[in-house]
Order: sequence, then structure tokens, then C-alpha cells
Amino acid sequence: MSTSVAAASRVALSARAAAWVGIGLGAVAWYLALPPILLRTAIPSLLIAAVGVAAGAYAVREGRRRLGWIAIVIAVIGAIGAVVATQSGEGNLERVFVWSALIAAMLRFATPLIFAAMGGILSERSGVINIGLEGMMLMGAFFGIFGADLLGSWFLGILVGVASGAVLGLVHAVVSIHLRADQVVSGTGINIIALGITGYVFIYHYGDQGTPPDVSQVPNLTIPLIEDIPFIGEAIGTMNLLTLTALLFVPVLTVYLFRTRGGLRLRSVGEKPRAADSVGLPVLRTRYLAVIASGALSALGGVYLSIGLLSAFSQNMTAGRGFIALAAVIFGSWRPYGALAGALLFGFSSAVARRLPAFSDSTAVLFEALPYVLTLVVVAGVIGRSRPPAAIGVPYVKE
Amino acid sequence: MSAAPEPDAVVAATPASRLAAYVRGGGVVVPVLTTLLAFFAGGLVMLVTGSDPIATYEAIWKGTGLQWIFPWTTGDERALAAVNLQQTLLVTTPLILTGLAVAFGFRAGLFNIGGNGQYIVGAIAAVWAGSSFPDMPAFAHVFISILAACAAGALWAGIAGVLKATTGAHEVITTIMLNWIAIYVGLWLFGVGGPLQTELEPEIPKSADVVEGAKLPVFWGEPILQGLHIGIFIALAAVVVFWLILNRSTTGFEVRAVGFNPEAARYSGMSVGKNYILVMAVCGVFAGLAGSMDVLGWQFRLATNDIQFQLIGFFGIAVALLGRNTATGTVAPVLLFGALISGTSQRNLDPTVFDPSLASNLTYIIQGLVILIVSADVIVLALMARARGLFGRRKPPEPAAAEAGEP
Repeated sequence: MSTSVAAASRVALSARAAAWVGIGLGAVAWYLALPPILLRTAIPSLLIAAVGVAAGAYAVREGRRRLGWIAIVIAVIGAIGAVVATQSGEGNLERVFVWSALIAAMLRFATPLIFAAMGGILSERSGVINIGLEGMMLMGAFFGIFGADLLGSWFLGILVGVASGAVLGLVHAVVSIHLRADQVVSGTGINIIALGITGYVFIYHYGDQGTPPDVSQVPNLTIPLIEDIPFIGEAIGTMNLLTLTALLFVPVLTVYLFRTRGGLRLRSVGEKPRAADSVGLPVLRTRYLAVIASGALSALGGVYLSIGLLSAFSQNMTAGRGFIALAAVIFGSWRPYGALAGALLFGFSSAVARRLPAFSDSTAVLFEALPYVLTLVVVAGVIGRSRPPAAIGVPYVKE
Repeated sequence: MSAAPEPDAVVAATPASRLAAYVRGGGVVVPVLTTLLAFFAGGLVMLVTGSDPIATYEAIWKGTGLQWIFPWTTGDERALAAVNLQQTLLVTTPLILTGLAVAFGFRAGLFNIGGNGQYIVGAIAAVWAGSSFPDMPAFAHVFISILAACAAGALWAGIAGVLKATTGAHEVITTIMLNWIAIYVGLWLFGVGGPLQTELEPEIPKSADVVEGAKLPVFWGEPILQGLHIGIFIALAAVVVFWLILNRSTTGFEVRAVGFNPEAARYSGMSVGKNYILVMAVCGVFAGLAGSMDVLGWQFRLATNDIQFQLIGFFGIAVALLGRNTATGTVAPVLLFGALISGTSQRNLDPTVFDPSLASNLTYIIQGLVILIVSADVIVLALMARARGLFGRRKPPEPAAAEAGEP
């Protein structure tokens, strides 16, 4: 009996391992054709990708259907990518795939996603769906630069931006928790209100000229020792203060959620609110605080957009990033490190998309769609694999 | 909140069932109240930033052209109101359709925020079909172009439907991603050097013009001044089709059943996944049709600006929610928001009273508030229950009872 169980678990384990091997082989297949290896023939890549497909197929047959299929898809994509890369000019490839610059760009693009995703995790772990991350990010983006401009410092700008996001979070909290609204619909309303408010005040205050170009920016930090190391220095030697904050916040949130009493209470409110209530936990207040915090964090991501990355504001500048962050949360199974991985993945796709115009100028615009396509694929592939907090989306009625 | 809502108003699982309770409880009073509240809040925003809300709303009203309906408007004023009303109805036409696109989805429990992307894809298909085939006879050309638009919209929305049916991916995220992908595809197609960019003017990022034979005939006003085209009748016909599908066909019955309770529907043998795909495709047809109405009716070409700043898909959300996702309910909100959009446009709003670009943002605030208030249906129902208690127990208003059974 125990041997068959052991045998079954061994088979299951190797199926999972096979799937991950397939994913890895797909990535390797593509990587071979890129700088610095720059293989000019696609044969080795195709062979490796074929093995990856086989590994994925094995995983599918042994019961790990979803992971196996993901492995097959990634191996096929790796093969196609390798073939395309071997057909492209070496010069172009070298211009696009400067890995250190790509990593630096990936971190820059991922920062707003990381902040919003952390906020999303807090809100959803407490049981409230927060579709309004996009609107809260937009509020932070505008009021961050607005505050920095009026008050003369980036720090005060951050405070103003975060406060504006918290206010919007409060609105979402009241409507979703107290008024027990349909949380997806109310989140959508929040997004449209944010679009209107930011656009209104933006035009009212700045009119045609737009934001001034010399608003106080959040500074970049240069880490003295790392900066000098050849590859790593270009990649992470100089980072924006907010990027560093985001990266440091991930382990902080992990510790809070899984190693502190406060985090445990938050999670129990999201999993079994009635049980939590019977033990005396303040369910509604916990949710309120979580949603307000998610608003503040998303706004911080938006502040980075306007006074950390771009030094300007334009209407609707978040361009769907709040939703990409939500996809990162789902990708990461509502865990901070998982969401970080998702945010880095999407950030990487933005970074590559930004450089791909080296190949073809008129198609440059089309490449901008890459992060959104990737989000689509990820959401489709990952959903159902992870389990959201049990009581999510259901307003709590105190009896 | 200490008020105990009526049993009818207890939170139910799906958007469709919650909104059905909203319909049973509220009748027409609730949407009116919601609208008034939203406009009041909009007025507050104006007050806070130093504008005169009354004067602004009056200026917006002047631009809508609705005065034409009143028999006491005569002479020059009437002629101006006629032109303005044509503009309002021009905006109302696609708005009806994008509203239907959202409403149909809601009836099945799906939140279709992808109306914008589906509209854009439909417009792209219509402009391509309308500018190709220069020698086709007029009726066939219009028909083919509209068909292309509907098919494109159905396909685009169908992607989200298939993803939901097969993997369970939430349609909110997928449709919004598809929105942005549609925008970038459009920007690429019509950008300088793009595959569908007009060959006649290579520096301008726009499409080829729609051929004369593919344009929708104008029946009120001067074609040169963008008079009203027959598209409005097509849109109204679509409302009838919407009602017929939902209330007089087995498909519609299945759709509504899935919307109320997917588990029960599945248990009784209906394929929930197939219904999701079908519903999203139909939503896409409505939204794509909206795109073709604008392209074939008055735009006659697509420029990258048209694609980037198009928001009619989002306006459809507020319209659908205010109209409680029913066919008859859509009429008033559509007219209201169509008038709001038209009255605040660059063309119609007097800039000395209120800046038009400020005004368009004001409409977003009002619409967002509408959506927010509608989402909190429970509180509204509780208020209605309290009000009914205040005035003694009496039957709900007749229209609500009739609407619960029919549209």
C-alpha cells in the first residue's frame, strides 16, 4: 500500500519536474539564438525545443495537464523565437538584447506594477476584490506630480499622491464593504471617476501646456560598490528610490502576511470572515484598512510613473497597468513573491517591446501591445491553477 | 448599517440576479434618483473649482438640441436646435449599440468592458470594407461593410468568451487587455507606413476614405453638415432584436438562466461555456455594429486620433446599468448620455461658460458616479423599502412588476 502511494507520488513528482524541464528547455532554445551566444543556425534550438515539447507532453499524459500544456506552448514559442532570431540581423539583435539594459528597464517598468500588486494582494487577501487599482494608480500619478509641483518637493508629492489614492480607496471601501455593492462594478465606477477627476483638475490647472518639465523628481540611487561590477552594475547599480522601495517592500509584506499576527488576522478575514468575527476580529474594520492601504500603494506606483519615470502627466497615462498588476497578483497566487515574479515578467515584456523597434520602425506601435498580449496569455493559462481567498467578493453581513 | 433590507434585496451571487432584484424593487424612480444624484455631485465638482453649475448645465442643455422637441421653440432657435439634435442623435446611435453590448453580457452574468475594443475592431473592418470594392452597388456595399464590422466585433469579443469558457479567465481583465490590443493594432494599421494607411496622403496617419456607395444615406439635415443618417433606425432595430433574442427565444432563455445561476443551469443540462462564448460574440456584434455606424454614417475614415481617444464603449456601461440591462430601460439613459456627450462637445459647448475638455472629464465623473451608485443597489433597495414602509405597505409600481417578467 505504502509502496504504491510512494510510487504514485514519485510519478506525480516527475511529471511536474518534466513540465518545468520543458519550460526551461523552451527558454534555453530561444536564448541560444540571442546575444551573447548568437547561434546563427536554428538546429540546436529546434532539437532542444523538441525535447521540451516531449517533456511537456509527458507531463500532460502523467496527469499534470495544465502545467504540461504551458510547457509545450513555451517550448514551441522558444522554437519560433529561435528561428526568428536566427533570421534577423546580428546587429539588430545585439542592439535589442542588451541584457543589462533590459534588466534595468525591466525593473523600471515593473515598479508601478509591484506597488499596485502589493496593494491588490492586501485588498484581496482581506476579501475585497479591487478592480479599482487602475484608478487609484492614476490618482497617484496626477496628484503626485501636482503636489510636487505646488509644494516644491518630490517627497511632498509622494505624500499628496499616496493620500489621494487612499481617499479613493476609502470610497471603494465604503461602497463595497458598507453598502455591499457588487465589487467589480463599483471598482469600474472608481476607475472612471478617477479618469474624470484627474483629467478635470489636470486641464483646469495646467490647461494646454501640460505639466511643467522641471518638477522635482524622485531621485535615483547609485549603490557605490555594485555600480562598478561590469554586468550587474549596469543592470541594478543605479535604481530609482521608489524601485528600491518596491523591491524591499516585497519581503516586508511577505513577513507581515505570513509571520505576524496582523497578517494572520487579515488572511482569516478573507478566508472565513464569520469564524473570524466569532473570535472577535473586527472584520469590517480590517477590510476597510486593507482597501485603503491598497489604494495608497497603487497610488505610490502611480506617483513613480509621473515623477519617477516620466516626469510628466498625460490623461489616462496608466494605460491599463492597474489591470496588469491584478493579473500579476493572480499569477503569483496572491503571494508577494509570486506577484513580484509576475510584475517582473510583464516589465520585461515592456522593456523588450520598447527596444524591438530596432527591427522595424512602423511596427513599433504594434510591439507596444506585447505586455497586454502577455497578460492575456498569463491570465488564461494561470487562472484556476491557484485558489483565491475563500470569501473574496462576498460582502460580509454582520448577524 | 442598521437597516435590515427586504428579503428581495439580500445579496445574491451573480450580477444578473442582483440587478434583477434591483429591477423588481426600484421601477423607474431609482434610475431617476441615481441620475439626479450623479448630476448633483457633478455640480458640486464644478462649484468647488469655481464654475457656475447652473450656467454650465444650461449651456450643455443648449447644445443638446432637445429643445427642438418642444413646439414652442420657433424660428432661428428651432433651426439651430434641429442641427444640434441631429448631432445628439448621431452620438446616440453608437451609444445605443454599445449599451446593448454591455447589457446583453450582464444578463448572462458577464461584465463586458470590452465594448471599446470591439467598437474599434468593427470600425476598422467597416472602413476597410467600405473603402475597398469601389464598383460594388450601394446596397450590397453597405451590407457587406456592416457584416464585416459585426463579424470582426464578434470575433474580438469571442476571444474573451472562449477564454472564459475554457480557462475561466475573468472577462474583466481579458476584455480590457483586448481593448488596449485593439487600440495598438489600430494605431499600427493606420499609422504612417502602416498596412492600411491611405496611399493618397502618405504623411497623414489615417485610413483610406469610404467609397460614396458605401455611405449610409442621410435623411434629416444636410449631408455636408453631418446630418442624421439612417443608422439610428438600425440601432433601434437592434434594440428590438435584443429584446426578441432575450425574451422570445430558447437561446435567450438559456442566457438568462445562466445569468441567474450558472450552477443550476449547468445542472439542468445547459452548456454554460457555450453560452458564454455565444453571449460575448453577440455583444461583439452590437459593439462592432456601433463602429460601422460611425464609420459609414459620418466619419468616412479612421485616423489614429479617432482610435486613441474613443471612449464610447465605456459610456455604454453607464447606459446599460442605468437602463437595468433591459431593452426598454435603455432608451432614456441613452438619450440622456447622448445629449450630455453632444452638449459638452467642442462644437456645441460655449467655451466662455465652460471649457469643453473640462466638460468631457465632467461627464466621466458623472458616469463613474452613476456606475458607483448603481453598484450599491442594495442600499437603494433598502431605502426604497424604508420609503414604502413610511407610506404604508403598497404594491410595487406596475412597470416594475411587468418588467420583471418581460424585458
